[in-house]
Amino acid sequence: MEITPSLIALQLVTGIALGAVYALLAVGLSLIFGMLTVVNFAHGAFFMVGAFVGLYFLGLTGNFWFSLVLTPLVVGAIGLVTERFLVRPLYGRGIDYPLLLTFGLSWVLIEAMRTLFGIEGLPSSTPAELRGSVDLGIGFFPKYRLFLIAATAVVVAALWLFLEKTRYGLIVRAGSRDGEICQVLGIDIARVWLTVFAIGTAIAGLSGVLAAPTRAVNPEMGIPVLAESFVVTVVGGMGSLPGAVVAGLLVGVVFSMTSLFAPDLAELSIFVLMAVVLLVRPQGFFGKAGLMG
Amino acid sequence: MKGLVDAIRRHRVAAVIAFLLVFPLLMPYQALAINILVFGLFAVGFNLLFGYTGLLSFGHAAFLGVGSYLTGIAMVSMGLPWGVALLLGVVSAALAGLLIGYLAIRTRGIYFSMVTLALAQIVYYAFYKAERWTGGENGLRGIQVPAAEIFGFQFDFLDPTTKYYVILAFVAAALWFVSRVLASPFGAVIEAVRENEKRAAACGYDVARTKLLVFVLSAAICGLAGALRALHLSVVPIDSLHYLLSGQAVMMCLLGGMGTFFGPFIGAGLFLTLEDVATTYTTHWMAIVGAVFMVFVLFFPAGVWGSFLKRIERKP
Repeated sequence: MEITPSLIALQLVTGIALGAVYALLAVGLSLIFGMLTVVNFAHGAFFMVGAFVGLYFLGLTGNFWFSLVLTPLVVGAIGLVTERFLVRPLYGRGIDYPLLLTFGLSWVLIEAMRTLFGIEGLPSSTPAELRGSVDLGIGFFPKYRLFLIAATAVVVAALWLFLEKTRYGLIVRAGSRDGEICQVLGIDIARVWLTVFAIGTAIAGLSGVLAAPTRAVNPEMGIPVLAESFVVTVVGGMGSLPGAVVAGLLVGVVFSMTSLFAPDLAELSIFVLMAVVLLVRPQGFFGKAGLMG
Repeated sequence: MKGLVDAIRRHRVAAVIAFLLVFPLLMPYQALAINILVFGLFAVGFNLLFGYTGLLSFGHAAFLGVGSYLTGIAMVSMGLPWGVALLLGVVSAALAGLLIGYLAIRTRGIYFSMVTLALAQIVYYAFYKAERWTGGENGLRGIQVPAAEIFGFQFDFLDPTTKYYVILAFVAAALWFVSRVLASPFGAVIEAVRENEKRAAACGYDVARTKLLVFVLSAAICGLAGALRALHLSVVPIDSLHYLLSGQAVMMCLLGGMGTFFGPFIGAGLFLTLEDVATTYTTHWMAIVGAVFMVFVLFFPAGVWGSFLKRIERKP
């Protein structure tokens, strides 16, 4: 296969679209960590549940937009229950326990989806209105990939506006700085934590719906995704939203470029990127020095 | 009761070996007993890092897998005798531990878990792609320990009882080694690192080097478990390197009691028996094991053995 500039451009867009999903996943992970100092090991499982629920709603209603709105609500509701009844009793018991608990939860979620939808997974396809490709002057690009990039931009922008420009966003930011002072000031911090956990898992669910047409949907799909979103978080710096976005896009592009030039090394490339970042800048691009030791 | 428990804890290696000698008689079939033996050792190696040093690795399948694969490759592709192959597996796992550990100990706390998970994925993909040596998705097949006669004993690995006791000999040696390490001044230092890293550093201990050394020891023991597993199964499935297996080490260790000598074995026994029983009723055993694990995290974080010890020490 000859490598032409238009092929590289196409691969670049594919990479950015893949990176958009990574960015969304890492944003959810970082949001939860920044606020609750909980690493959600069930994040990949929530992503997977999002993909299944999304396809279920799509099959039920035949309307992609409907499932795009409804799925994050359902996954967010699962997140709500998880925080309230499973994660909350573990606050103050050391940083490892919520991690272990969410790991156990991921097994239950995987089996739950196997029970509901079968171990083979579900077939997924691009929604009719987003099929085909558009000419951007430098070549033809699949519509759905462009849509993925746009959707991510909208979600990240909305989240940024929520955190920076609203009163509740101010409380969230203050809470992640110092929860105790917030409580002294009369803020019900437990409720803020609950909301943030739900938003984080809802975003994971949303990235599941968005990614479903671009990959195989099966109960184990969340496992590699979890490892990949950890790579993004380590590269970008834990707890940093700009870091999550920049690193997400970078990881996506590195993956798709490697799969163009050396397909066998594609899966490996992003982990090597992480290893290099760990050696050169252990706290990641946007992480605070000292946090990583 | 307390006196008995104290006696058992004083002679912990002897106690565990005495139990494991009669263990096969208690189990419904030998394959399960061997599995518990191998995974018990895997959990013991993992516990050295998690329970005693306080470093939660989510990538220990890498060392089990490297131990399995290198033992298998040495026997299948190079035709080496199984004893040499076993040694090669352990050394390779230790080297993998040195590489991964060197990168991972640059991070602390929660990052450590994430980074070990991600680095273990490198090993998974590398072995998955190296189809010529590892058999890729199908796994590595054809590992056979030839029958032999040693000191007049018929030595046949196809006989499950022989296989159990041969593997037990290696496990016993490894347990003695771990017990020795834990009882040494070095064992005190690793627990000091777990309790308070800064204070340990202030006392003049090289925390980074201690962590790396424990990491390598832990990897070597998990590698031995992997090597024994390769001999036991006579194949190496690609799942040996999978993240779910890393998670199993975590689960076994916590179920039994992290930071205790007997805990990992009890945890491995509990986990595998639970899996064995659950699979006879339902194919969805992961949900049951996952739910039991969550209950332990929430209500019995000290595990079966740890909770038992707590009870005994409260009521003299």
